[in-house]
Amino acid sequence: MGNYFKLAALGIIALFAAMAANWGRDAAYIVHAIIILGVSGFMFIRVLRQMEQPAMATPTGYMDDVVRAGVVATTLWGVVGFLVGVIIAFQLAFPQLNFEMLQPYGNFGRLRPLHTSAVIFAFGGNALIMSSFYIVQRTCGARLWGGNLAWFVFWGYNLFIVLAATGYLLGATQSKEYAEPEWYTDLWLTIVWLAFLAVFLGTLFKRQERHIYVANWFLLAFIVTVAMLHVVNNLSIPVSIWGSKSVQIFSGVQDAMVQWWYGHNAVGFFLTAGFLGMMYYFVPKQAGRPVFSYKLSIIHFWALIFLYIWAGPHHLHYTALPDWAATLGMVFSIILWMPSWGGMINGLMTLQGAWDKLRTDPIIRMMVISLAFYGMSTFEGPMMSIRAVNSLSHYTDWTIGHVHSGALGWNGMITFAALYFLTPKLWGRAQMYSMSAINWHFWLATIGIILYAASMWVTGIMEGLMWREVDANGFLVNSFADTVSAKFPMYVVRGLGGVLYLAGGIIMAWNIYMTIRGGVKVTAPVGVPAE
Amino acid sequence: METPTLLQQIADNWLLIWMGTFFIGVILWVLRPGSRKQYADTANIPFRNEDRPAPRKDADGVARDTKELQS
Repeated sequence: MGNYFKLAALGIIALFAAMAANWGRDAAYIVHAIIILGVSGFMFIRVLRQMEQPAMATPTGYMDDVVRAGVVATTLWGVVGFLVGVIIAFQLAFPQLNFEMLQPYGNFGRLRPLHTSAVIFAFGGNALIMSSFYIVQRTCGARLWGGNLAWFVFWGYNLFIVLAATGYLLGATQSKEYAEPEWYTDLWLTIVWLAFLAVFLGTLFKRQERHIYVANWFLLAFIVTVAMLHVVNNLSIPVSIWGSKSVQIFSGVQDAMVQWWYGHNAVGFFLTAGFLGMMYYFVPKQAGRPVFSYKLSIIHFWALIFLYIWAGPHHLHYTALPDWAATLGMVFSIILWMPSWGGMINGLMTLQGAWDKLRTDPIIRMMVISLAFYGMSTFEGPMMSIRAVNSLSHYTDWTIGHVHSGALGWNGMITFAALYFLTPKLWGRAQMYSMSAINWHFWLATIGIILYAASMWVTGIMEGLMWREVDANGFLVNSFADTVSAKFPMYVVRGLGGVLYLAGGIIMAWNIYMTIRGGVKVTAPVGVPAE
Repeated sequence: METPTLLQQIADNWLLIWMGTFFIGVILWVLRPGSRKQYADTANIPFRNEDRPAPRKDADGVARDTKELQS
């Protein structure tokens, strides 16, 4: 019976998409309609072929095939996202790389959201979805709830990524940073996200453990809060049902406040709470010992949740936003330093008594550097949110450097560690194909981040100082173009840092591919065992 | 009193009190006597059920003894 309903729904969607492809008013909308037509047509045939087949026995055991797909998707999107990042970094250094024949699709302005969405939502989002599916099953001692709903989440989310990415290239954007996709893409993500929430909650409800492990608290907070942020920030009215353009409901300073309430909590709940959930599972697992202080982890959780949500206004210092709101955001950002470092200490101290593993286990090393970067960027962030510091740092490359030390250092490294932890387990291998390749990846990525962050500090502070420099008569000394030409060497260094990070990502993809394929394992000793 | 002002008053006062109390309550709850033993068990959850789901739990749902942990 359910299959008849599915067929009807897919048929209606396909019909609507065909009409939309015909009547669409802009290129992005038409291409998306064709993609949706293709997907719904494929699903229609797939459901049709499975009609009237005897029901298969209910599978037992953990549902790991969807996690395996997530590992592959995370790896591929990671490499794509890093590659686009390297391209746009060099476009900034050498504007000639905005090739005339590729306009407008290959323009920096269109590739930049492609890069941010590819690394945050495609790489980070797939990493979060697959590791929440893995973690919630293990820590609940229960198979994922909802059967194939988990597959719907995986494919639905990746369809969202494809719609978002093609939309940017074809010019569909609502111009909200990190929330660029247009209205129908947002609606689709809402459906997928609610399904994700249902799978996660359903698994929690049927858990066999009496208590909910702390990683699940962070993951649940991530899922719930992102749903709320996404819906509120994307309240908009489409101009036409046959076009991608929409108009925001909020306007002016209210719109700016909602945007940065969303934007900062995307950092706080997507890139921090979600990845802390990964940290609280994978670090104890890899270290082979329980988390340093479970009490601290609970206080860490509630403090982080209560404080992060107020920090957004620090993005709007010296704007039309009332001073009290900006001050509120600044104060909460500074207080936030404490729970952030509480979490970092909790993760690092989990290695207490196992510090020797740092010499022999490159995966532990990645986790430690990831926590170190988490600590560094959660100190830098509160400092930059102080109004006086912000007057120097805002609109400069310092902000870009800060974001990347958090994203490449904390999110990237913990995800790499999780991938190296999961791949051998999920494909039944003893360990990764090449341990020395992990070591190479570690050093390439670390040096890449250092080049990136250091060059952005230099260029950011230089740029900020040049902008505010006045002569004896009070006239500005530098034009904007002066700062651009002064920044050139740092832009090249930043691009090289990106190349190193990308090279590490490619080595990881190769290593994961070889591990999945199996075959002879290279056993290269890493480090010297303690005597 | 106008509605926005009223809402702001509620947010400034009652919500602040409620959230502050809740947070202090969480800290006191975490530090309650006997929590150490229970959290030792909870913190070991990742080291159980690595390969397959747990068998249906006992009716009383009592957390398993730490001796049974798979290491």
